[in-house]
Order: sequence, then structure tokens, then C-alpha cells
Amino acid sequence: MGVGIEVRGLNAWYGKNLSLKSIDMTMPANHVTAVIGPSGCGKSTFVRCLNRMHETIPEARAEGTVRVGEMDVYGSGADPVEVRRRIGMVFQKPNPFPTMSIYGNVAAGLKLNGFRNRRQMDQLVERSLRLAALWDEVKDHLHKKSGASLSGGQQQRLCIARALAVEPEVLLMDEPASALDPISTSKIEELIFQLKQHYTVVIVTHNMQQAARVAELTGFFLMGSLIEFDKTEKIFTAPADKRTEDYVTGRFG
Amino acid sequence: MRSRFQQGLDELKEKLLRMGGLAEQAIDRATEAYRSRDSKFCQLVLTGENAINEAEREIDELALDLLAMQQPMAIDLRFILAVLKINADLERVGDQAVNIAERVLDLISEDEVQLPVDIPRMADAVSTMVQRALESFLDGKAEVAEAVLQMDSIVDRMKDESFVVLVQKMHDEPSCTRQALDVLLIARNLERIADHATNIAEDVIFWVRGADVRHGGAHYRE
Amino acid sequence: MLRASQSTLRPLSLRRRLANHGATFFALATSILVLVPLIAIFVYLVIKGVGAINWDFLTKTPKPVGEAGGGMANAIVGSGIILLISSLIGIPLGIGSGIYLAEYGRNRFGDLVRFTADVLNGVPSIVIGIAAYSLVVVPQRHFSALSGGVALGIMMIPTVARATEEMLLMVPNAVREAAFGLGISKWRTTLSITLRTASAGVITGCMLAFARVAGETAPLLFTAFGNQFWNLNPNQPTAALPLQIFVYAISPFEEWHRQAWAGALILILMIVGSVAAVRITTSRGRLKGAA
Repeated sequence: MGVGIEVRGLNAWYGKNLSLKSIDMTMPANHVTAVIGPSGCGKSTFVRCLNRMHETIPEARAEGTVRVGEMDVYGSGADPVEVRRRIGMVFQKPNPFPTMSIYGNVAAGLKLNGFRNRRQMDQLVERSLRLAALWDEVKDHLHKKSGASLSGGQQQRLCIARALAVEPEVLLMDEPASALDPISTSKIEELIFQLKQHYTVVIVTHNMQQAARVAELTGFFLMGSLIEFDKTEKIFTAPADKRTEDYVTGRFG
Repeated sequence: MRSRFQQGLDELKEKLLRMGGLAEQAIDRATEAYRSRDSKFCQLVLTGENAINEAEREIDELALDLLAMQQPMAIDLRFILAVLKINADLERVGDQAVNIAERVLDLISEDEVQLPVDIPRMADAVSTMVQRALESFLDGKAEVAEAVLQMDSIVDRMKDESFVVLVQKMHDEPSCTRQALDVLLIARNLERIADHATNIAEDVIFWVRGADVRHGGAHYRE
Repeated sequence: MLRASQSTLRPLSLRRRLANHGATFFALATSILVLVPLIAIFVYLVIKGVGAINWDFLTKTPKPVGEAGGGMANAIVGSGIILLISSLIGIPLGIGSGIYLAEYGRNRFGDLVRFTADVLNGVPSIVIGIAAYSLVVVPQRHFSALSGGVALGIMMIPTVARATEEMLLMVPNAVREAAFGLGISKWRTTLSITLRTASAGVITGCMLAFARVAGETAPLLFTAFGNQFWNLNPNQPTAALPLQIFVYAISPFEEWHRQAWAGALILILMIVGSVAAVRITTSRGRLKGAA
């Protein structure tokens, strides 16, 4: 089951540049929330702050409150590594571990966090691959084929399976389908729709039609601020803010 | 902005306004036919119907294209939806004008009878409503559209009054029943045209404000 | 618009075709030129040395001066021991520094380390031998395979470190990010993911370093020192192939000259053999379609 995410007063910097300005946003559990906006608006930065990936970039930092369920992500006792284990991430370009088999990829998060029970691992790998709608295509080659030998769409589903294997509560997706062809894209979108039963999903996308197809809630970012956050239908049929409307109708961005 | 798309939207607006002009013209001709008892005007209305139907087809096609190819959102999407609905309403207006023309032809074939109903005045009011509704569409002004909504009750009253009067007349002078009936039907056609004008105004408000004001309520999207 | 009948694409002019062929020929010729000395040396070695290789050569220790027969068995084994020690020193230290430089050392201190490694690389091998002499032989008061291993190990470090650093830097950042996203700590990511991805290149770097030091003679002159007899104790002076070859080659004895050639051939074969063995064993683990 997923948990809700609550963001209050989130600021983020790259060196001296303030790139996120006091973001307040609540993403409810088991919903898909889309984050849209023109290039450079801070949407990727925002999502990377949710699981403390932002600070892995040299000279980057973030401040504010991010509560994922019970966990205070930036709290004084919080361990970034633990945070990232509980919040899964899928990146824009599929990035399976090149030297590992399909099984190895999916199990990587488990193995490297000390998981030892072989039978349970097998079960978790199968479950994750099924959730990612990849099991049938790879079940005969789990140990023989490397992660990098799959097609683009399959690789991305592999990365999703890998993220799901460690049983996160939240799944963050940074433009997961932007490097894929339309068929793979629609498979991923279908997948996201299924995933929300178990997880809370936040998806960054520059493709508005995708946000419209996949997300119940949508947040529009512009120049580091959250301009409007509402039900997706409202954003795309009658947005309240003129800037949102200009973006959504293609008048800029 | 996407210029092809903008061109499409402009073309859609232009076509709809032109169709509106044809509809207004039809109303005017039908009214003139009634006033002058000249069948020439009736003929004009009847032949003008084709142009209106053709326009409806063109507008539907263009709107469908834009929806499919351009993925319009928010205000653009509402605009195209409004255009489609106004399109249908204008075509019905044309139909009603034809109905009026047919009634007038019938009246002309009968003896002229004095009836205590001021059809031209009602027609004027209705024509004004249609004109204002189309103006509100042209300028995208919701306030003008709201004014049209107000006028509807006036026309309704005119129609109800004429019903009462004509029914009485038919009772008192059965010999002019046919003419009375014709005029009664004309009054009803005019009232229907007023309804269509109201619809057009509501569609404009939906487009401009994103508010659904149909059937008397104002629903902004929650 | 181009029409087929009026195509503006002309066939390549004669001048351009000649230039094309000329460049290809040049590239081919220089490649062959590079191979020629290599092959020449090897063939020469085989011709000169193969005659002296026999069972005795490979199993017996050297005979006293003037006597015929004997072999270089102790030098072969001795080289093996010294190289083992040097690998145990050079490879872990080299890989460790390489990891530091790539993953943690994008700063002034890292630059200093890099600079030091490059300098160390350029230090003449005999100077390294002297350093090992002062550091190990003098305190211990005797020569040993250990000190030889230390000298050669020090020489291995810069090559291994730089190769490791280069290969690690070539691993795309996306791979590291994927690991971070899974909640894997940085050091674990570096060892189990990044290093693993770069492993082919790192192993190549180690092999290069190994091949280079395997033939070094000067550092062993006053560290391992050489030994006429069997010795398996790393704390004692030990024979080594390069040393033995050197001693025999400058001797006046024809018999020893022949054995020197044989020794050189064996040395080359040992180096090539070890590299090939490592290549084969590591490639067996490669998966279908792996990068």
C-alpha cells in the first residue's frame, strides 16, 4: 500500500542558484500525480528532492519539510540512503546495470542491502517482473541475458521492476517514457495505471497528453514555483491561472 | 503559438459567424415575408436553407480535424466544443425560419385577417437576441451573452400572450381558425429561435469562463 | 529539387579517390610496421632460444661456472614468487587509489595524488630499486624476494591506479544514480556496481602493469639479488628470470648465452600466458549481450 507525500516550504539550490521556491504540495496515497512545466522549471529538481537524490550532485542542497507517510525525509535523524530505499526512482533514460543479468538487475537492490534468502529473492524477482509486465517476456532468460540486451521499452520496464523489488512505498518517475516509442510508451502508461493500486506515483512529464492520460492530479511548475495544483481534468479544461492556461494550450514552453 | 492551429481556430470562427449571418438573414426574410405578404421572400428563405446546411457540414468537419490533429486544451478545447454546439443551434434556427416561411406561404394563400398579435415586434426581439448572441461569440464577451439570457423570458411571455389571444380569437371567430393557427405556429417557431439564441449565449459563457450555466445554474469546475 | 536525370551527385573525383586509398594504405602500413619489431623479436627469440629449452632447463638449478647443463627452474619459480608479492602490493593499492581518484577525488588533494602517480610512473626503475633497498633491505640486513616484490609493486601502482580511474570515469553516471535510487550506499555502489561495470578495463590495466614489471631487471639487482639455488622463502635472496638472463648474457660462456636466450623466451611465454589466462577466465563470466 502506498503512502501520501506532503511537501511544505521546500527550497532547493544548485550552488547559489535558488531553483525551487518554497513549494507546498500534497500528493495523496495511491494516486498518480503528474508534474508538468516547461524546460528548466524545476520539475525534475522537485522530484529528486523527494528522495534526496538532489543532494548527490556536488554543491546542490535542499531544505524544507518532506513527509512521506510517517517519514520526515529531511528530518534530523534521517538517513538519505534509507530514504532512497523506501522511495523508488525510475529515470528518463533506462539504466539497467550493464554487467548484470536480468535477474541480477532486479535483485541488485535486495542483494546489496543484505538480503540473503535465495528462495524469497526468487519470489520477489518474479513478483516485481510481473508487476512491471515483463515476466512473460523474460522468464526463460533470467540468468542468461544481460539487462542491456533488451529493447528500450523492456529495459525501462526492467528498471521499474528493479525499483519495485525493494518494495518502496512511493515510486518517482522522471519522464519515464520520453526515450521510448509509442507502443512502449503506452505499455508503460498502462503499467502506471496498474501500479497505483499498490503505490503512490509521482511522474514528471513534458508530454501533457501523457499527464492527462495517466494522472489524477497535476501540478504546474514555472521558474521554480508551483503555479497551480489541481485535478488533471481541471488543469486541462479550465485552469485557474493564466500562466497554466498559456502553457497547456501551447502558447509557450 | 502554433500558427496552423491558430489559423484553424480563426477559420472556424469566421465560418461560424458567416453561418450566423445566413441564419440572421433567414429570420429577417421570413419576417419580411410575413409583413409584406410577398411569397418572393418565402422562396428566398427556402432556397437559402441549403447554404446553411452546407455551412454546418463544413464547420463540423473542420472542428473534428482540429480536435484530432491538434490536441487542443483548456480554452481552445472549450472553444471548439462551443463552436460545435452553436453550429447545431444555428442550423436549427435555419430550420425554424423555413418553418415560418412555410406558414407564411399558407397565410398568403388565405384571406388576410387582422389578428391582435404583433409578430413583427416579436420577430424583432428574437432577431436581436440572435444578433447579440453572435456578437458575444465574435467578441468573446460573456456579459453580452448574459444579457441575451435575460431577454429569453421576455420572448416567452410574448409567446404565451399570443397563445391566449389567438385561442380566444379562434373561439370567437371560427372562420379564421386557419390563419390563427398559422400565426400561432409562427409565434412558436419564433420562441424556439429565441431558445436557440439562449443556447448560443450559454455556450459562449462556457467557452469564455469555463462555467456551465446551462439549465439555470452556474457550475464552475470544482 | 533533385531529379534523377540531373543528379548533382558526381562520382568521387580521381584526386579524392587517390587520397582515400592513400590514407587507408598509410594506416595499414603503419600498423604492419608496428607489428614487425614485435614479431621479429619473438621469432628471433624462438630461433635462438628454443634449442636450449629441455626438461633439464625447466627443472634444474644452474650448474657451477664452466659446467654444462643445468637450468633456470629456480629463476622461473623465483620470478613467480616475486611477481605474486608485487601483485599483492600493487594491485590492491592501485585499485584503491584509482577508486579514490575517480569517485571521491575530484578536488585539489586528488590532483596532488594524480600528479604524484604520474611522477612515480616516470621514476627510473633502478631508482625504485634503490628506494626498496633502503626501505626493506637495509633494515632487514639481507636481500629478499619480499624487497623485490615491494619494488615491483611500487612500480605497478601508478599504472593500475590510472587505469582504474579512467575506467571508472567511463562508467556513465546513470549507473551510479540507478544504484543510489535503490538506496545503496556510496561505497557499496562503488565496489559492487561501478567497479564491476568497469572490471574489464581495470583488469586490463592490472595486466598491463603486470606485464611491464615482469620483465624489470634493474630494481631486482639489489633487492631480490638473485640466487644460484632453490629458494622458496620470500625472506631470502631469490633468483628471478630477468636477473638470471642478465647475468648469463654478459658472461663469457657460450652455454650461458644459449640459456639466456631460452630464459628470455620462457619469460615472454610466461607473460603472454598469464595475460591470456586472465582474459579467458574473466571472459567466461560475460553474459550474452553484455556491454
